[in-house]
Parts: sequence; C-alpha cells; structure tokens
Amino acid sequence: MFAKSQALPAYDPKTGAGGTSDFLTTRLETMVAWARSNSLWPLPFATACCGIEFMSVVSSHYDLSRFGAEVVRFSPRQADLLIVAGTVTDKQAPILRKIYDQMSEPKWVISMGVCASSGGFYRAYHVTQGIDEIIPVDVYVPGCPPTPEELMHGIFELQRKIRSGEMSRDSRSAKLAAGKPA
Amino acid sequence: MSAVETAPLSAAAEKIRGRLASTPFAEKLEVVDLDLPTLEVSPSEWPALAKWLRDDPECRYDLFLDLAGVDNLKRRGRKTRFEAVVHLLSLPRNDHIRVKVLLPDDAGPSLPTVCGVWPAANWFEREAYDLFGFDFPGHPNLRRLLCHDAFVGHPLRKDYAPGQRWFATEEDLKMPAWALETQEKAGHFETQTLSIGPSHPATHGIVHLVARLDGERISRAETQIGYLHRCFEKMSETHTWNQIIPFTDRLNYVSAMINGVGYVRTVEKMLGVEVPERGVLVRTILSEFSRIMDHCVDIGANLVDIGALTNFWYLYQPRENIYSLIEACCGARLTVSYVRVGGLSFDVPDDFVPRCRALLESIPKFLDDVDRLVTNNRIVRNRLQGTGAVSKEDAIAWGLTGPMLRACGVPYDVRRTRPYDFYDKFDWDIPVASDGDNFARYLVRMEEMRQSLSIIRQALDIFPEKGPVNSSDWHVVLPPKDAVYHDMESLIYHFKLIMEGIKVPAGERYEWIEGANGELGFYAISTGGGGPYRLKVRPPCFPNMAAFEKIILGGTISDAIATLGTLNVIAGELDR
Repeated sequence: MFAKSQALPAYDPKTGAGGTSDFLTTRLETMVAWARSNSLWPLPFATACCGIEFMSVVSSHYDLSRFGAEVVRFSPRQADLLIVAGTVTDKQAPILRKIYDQMSEPKWVISMGVCASSGGFYRAYHVTQGIDEIIPVDVYVPGCPPTPEELMHGIFELQRKIRSGEMSRDSRSAKLAAGKPA
Repeated sequence: MSAVETAPLSAAAEKIRGRLASTPFAEKLEVVDLDLPTLEVSPSEWPALAKWLRDDPECRYDLFLDLAGVDNLKRRGRKTRFEAVVHLLSLPRNDHIRVKVLLPDDAGPSLPTVCGVWPAANWFEREAYDLFGFDFPGHPNLRRLLCHDAFVGHPLRKDYAPGQRWFATEEDLKMPAWALETQEKAGHFETQTLSIGPSHPATHGIVHLVARLDGERISRAETQIGYLHRCFEKMSETHTWNQIIPFTDRLNYVSAMINGVGYVRTVEKMLGVEVPERGVLVRTILSEFSRIMDHCVDIGANLVDIGALTNFWYLYQPRENIYSLIEACCGARLTVSYVRVGGLSFDVPDDFVPRCRALLESIPKFLDDVDRLVTNNRIVRNRLQGTGAVSKEDAIAWGLTGPMLRACGVPYDVRRTRPYDFYDKFDWDIPVASDGDNFARYLVRMEEMRQSLSIIRQALDIFPEKGPVNSSDWHVVLPPKDAVYHDMESLIYHFKLIMEGIKVPAGERYEWIEGANGELGFYAISTGGGGPYRLKVRPPCFPNMAAFEKIILGGTISDAIATLGTLNVIAGELDR
C-alpha cells in the first residue's frame, strides 16, 4: 500500500506542481478536527415550520450530503450535531434538555430559526424564549424559517469552528466549572 | 343588545325557531340571527338540546365542528362573563349552526359534557378546560391538553397576562394514570406500556403516543399533545388584524397560503370588502398549489415511515418547484404572508402565468412516477390496505373532515358544498373512496392533486392579464407607496392603518374554507378595535388526532405508525 509504485516528478515550489503525495505532515488535533467537521451526524429536533425547511436541506434539491453532514440520526446516542429546528415550548423544554444530555461528547448545537434562537414573535405564556435558556448553542441561524442556504451556511460556520479547534460551548463551560482554563 | 342582534331573523333562523317551538326547551333559549343562526342556552338545557339537534330529522347536526370559549370580561353588552360557543355542521342538510352556552357567573364556569352526543367534543372540551378553566361534569378524562401540567391558571382568560410563563421539569410531564399501572393477564404474559414520542421520527414533530400493548396489539392508547402550543389565540388578541397573518401562516406551515386565505376571508366578510377578481384568482391558484404541496409532504412522509424513502425525493422536487413560484411572488418560500385583508401584499410577477403553466406541465410527471412506484406496490398495499380503517359513522361522530372523511365515502368538500371565490365556475370532481383505510386516504390525496391541477388550469384560463389585486378601500388596504409620499390624505390612511389597524365593525363571524386536511374555520369576535377581541381557529387536524387513539385500537404498533402518517397532522395547527 505504501510502497512507491512509480517515481513522481520532483516538487517545484514556483508552480506548485509535482512532488510526492505519499505523506503529509499535520498535527493530530487538526487531523481529527478535519475529520469531525466533515462527518457531522445531525439529529434534527424538528418541532415546527423549520423542520419542513430542514427536510428541504436534506432532500434532493439542496442535498446536504455534498458537505458531509447528511447521516441524519434520530437517536441522540448516534448523533453529534443537534439541530433544533422550530419553536420549543415550556412543555418541550425538559425533553430537549434530556435529548441533549443523552448525546455523547463531542457535541454541537445549531439553533435553527428565530423561535429556537429567541422565541421569535411568540412572546407568550407557553414558549421558551430561546433554547439557550436550557442548552448551550454553538451557531444561531436567523430566519423565520431560514432558507436552506442559510441553514447550510450555519453548518459551514460550525465546520469552520470545529476545524479551527474551537471547543463546543458545552465542553468549554464544563472545563470552566471544573476550574480549568477554557 | 346591539343593533345586529335585534335585526329581523333570517329564513334559516326563523326555521329553527319554528322547529324549536314544539320542544320542551323552547321557552328557555333564545334564537339570535348573526352570520349563522345562533341559539343561546343555559348549561342545564345544553345536553338535552344537543341531543335534539343531533337527532331531530329536520336538524341532524351530526358533526361537531368546534368549541370556542369566550371571556367577556372586557366586552360590553353580554349577559354572562363566560360563554362556550359551539359550531355544528349538518352533513345531510349542509348547514351550519352556532350554539352559545351562557355560563352563569355565580359558580365557577361549568357546563355538562356532550361527549356522549358527539364523541368529537372530547378534546375540544379538554382544551376549554385547559385554556379557560371551564368545568365539564361527566367528562371521561378532564385533564390539561395543551399546556403542561405544572401550568397555573387559564391563559385565554382576559385577566391572564400574555407573557406569564410557568416552567416545567421532566417530572411535570405526566403520563396518563392508567399507563403507570402494571396489568397482569391470567395465563398470559403481562402487558407492557410503550411510550412513543414526543421526540420520535415517526411522530412527525411532536405528538406523544402512550400505548398499552398486549403482545403486539394495542389494547389501550392515549395521545398527548401540546408540545407546540405557541399561544396563537392569545397572540392574536395582542396584535392588529393584519399583523395576525404571519401567525396564521405558521398554523399549517405545509400549506401556509390556505390558512392566510381562510383568515382574511373572515375579516373581509366582517368588513364587507370585495377583492378584485385578479386578486381572488391569485389566491385560488396559490392555494391549490399549496394543497398539492401539502399532499406531497403527507404522502411522502407517510411512505418514509413505512420504509419507502425514494418517493420522498420524488415528491419533494415538485415542492421545490412550487416554492420557486411562491418565492417569486412574495419573497418567502414556506411561510408566505402573501395575503392581506382586502387583497395581496404585492401583485404577482410578470411571468406568473407562464411559470404556473410550466408547473402544470412538470408536476403530473412526478405524480405519475410516484403512482407507478407506489400504487400497485405489493409492500405498500400490504401495509396500507385494511389498516387504520374508519367507518363512515365513526368518521362523522369523531368530527373528521377533508380527505379523511372523503376516504370514508362522504363527498363533503367546502369548495363544492358552499362554493367560495370562483370554485363554482370550475369543472372538477370530489375524489371519494369507500374503504376508509390508509390506502383509501392515499388514493384520495393522489387524485385530489390531479383535481387541483385541473382547477389551476381553469383559473389560469380566466386569469385577467391586467387589473388590480387589491380592493381600493383605503380604510382597509394600504394606499400605494407613491401616493403616501406625495398625497396628504393617503399618508393619513397609511398612518392610521399602521398605528391602529383596520377598524372592523363590532360583531362576530365564523367563516370556513376547505383546508388541505379538512374544514378550516376561523371564528372571530370584534369589538370595533384594531385587532380581534377573540380569534378561534377550527384546526382540521385536531379531530383527526383525537380520533387516532381510537383508530389504532386492536391493531399493531407498525399499523399505528402507518396510520399516523395518513392523518396529515401538522403540529402547528394541532397545538396552535
């Protein structure tokens, strides 16, 4: 597998052509982050209208699988990205918290749409005014509902965060609570 | 008594008064002539009247449509603080009626249950108990329905602040009492209780099914809802008439256009505003496209649930194409907010008609593909045929409308029984099936999409190329922006409409249209202010969901999942 089958032309720094592709140097964290960012397994916590747009994002037209985040899983044990799509009510809030707690580390949260981000225009007696009342959020996607492009942008933003080595909000706060520098 | 109530009775009200004259409660109730004949009755007479209304051969109000609580705390001229307003439909006579049960002020608001007369009343009464604190003596399961169990107070009362929240923890989300008991069966294994949802791929959003299983058969079931109760009705009391339109889009967000049309029609009828032909036709065309989208999602999601993923991709593509059209009209894909009271927010783009015609060309191809993949597919037939069957009598008793009712052989479609807009000018059929099972519902929906295409084709044929889409009554519709900048009077109209809202004359109205999943009704009360005093929506999927726990009894869990998909339950509309 690693044996050199044929000699490659030498690397030319001026044109960037040639060279051997047999090895590359990187740091382990970078490698892991690169792999993680391109294999997100989303759990759609789809409660309302945004869930319909999420369906558009994974469907044929927008096809999220082009960006390595299409393996939708409905079990929190098998997912590392929680996409909260839609309004969360006070009746739903404990369920959302439980699902979040059931996901294993590392895990990230995208809040899709203004209802999940802030309660939206439902400033009312039964609506949670943003899911960050109960769980930490990594990326907020505005819109009511966000267009598929906006949600995809949110996912790219999360991928960028993961690749840059940023920890998810949750592990950062856990470290802070334990007295370690975050 | 307001001027409206002393007006001479219409023929319909006169008829019911004549019919009532020979009954024992003739003296004890009043017939008022509003938009519908309205009976005012005290709680003690209500069960007897209910039975009479259902059984009398010249009444036969067999379908319980809606129960709306009303709190008259801030409304003058009413006899009691609380009223329970019931809307009934007679399928054989194609007639609507309203009954107001006036709840005396002395004791707490209380009225006897009518679950025994119309089983459909069950959930509506629970909702009124939850949101208004009405007591229903004799109700089999009077628990909160929409709000969580740690909630204190009754939010739709006028003295409840809209933003007052109560937090719930996991312990506060209660299971039904029977689900917690273990039940031994002699000479057999014990039964087990299974909880499906609220977060479960098959429950389409947020429905919680608690089922007791005897082997694989469901011996008892209860559905818990309210996980998406976003207070639509309370919110509408704090907004102006036009500001409510975005909220209506988020009721049934799969076919948002139809909700908006249903709502603004109610307000327009109260105002007496006429929308120009072009505006009405745009509404009709986009509503029918929305109906197609709704059925696409319903069929697609149902097939995903039973394991046929491919069709979902096939059915989602026409949706995307329709989205492009809607986006071109109003800038939004899903929650359109395109209608306004008195017309539309904008005129349609120049290439509207060719775009629609292109869609009419492309959509049938997708439908034919799905038809070939699914309709005679043996697995699909095995899963859907004979499962989730509802008899005609049950469907009526449970208050089902729309494709659910038509799949049982009842050709009730508001577009035909009470043609609104231009539906009486089009030539189309009401698809009806006879089996009442999941497969019958699938077939009805498939055919309805084709009928909708035919309606759109005919609407495009008479679509005027030019002309206004809005009424020119500046008390209702915003004047053109250009006039607002250059003309003092238009500026004043604009200011008044934005700051105060449309002034809708005091009164009440129930208007109904054919939503994608049944009769969609809006019951609005105005006291003459810029916003509604009370707005109640009759969500078509609410009775469907209430019937679910009865439909699945005796079947297997896998059949229950296949059935849930064909009910076409949209959480936003179910929980509001």
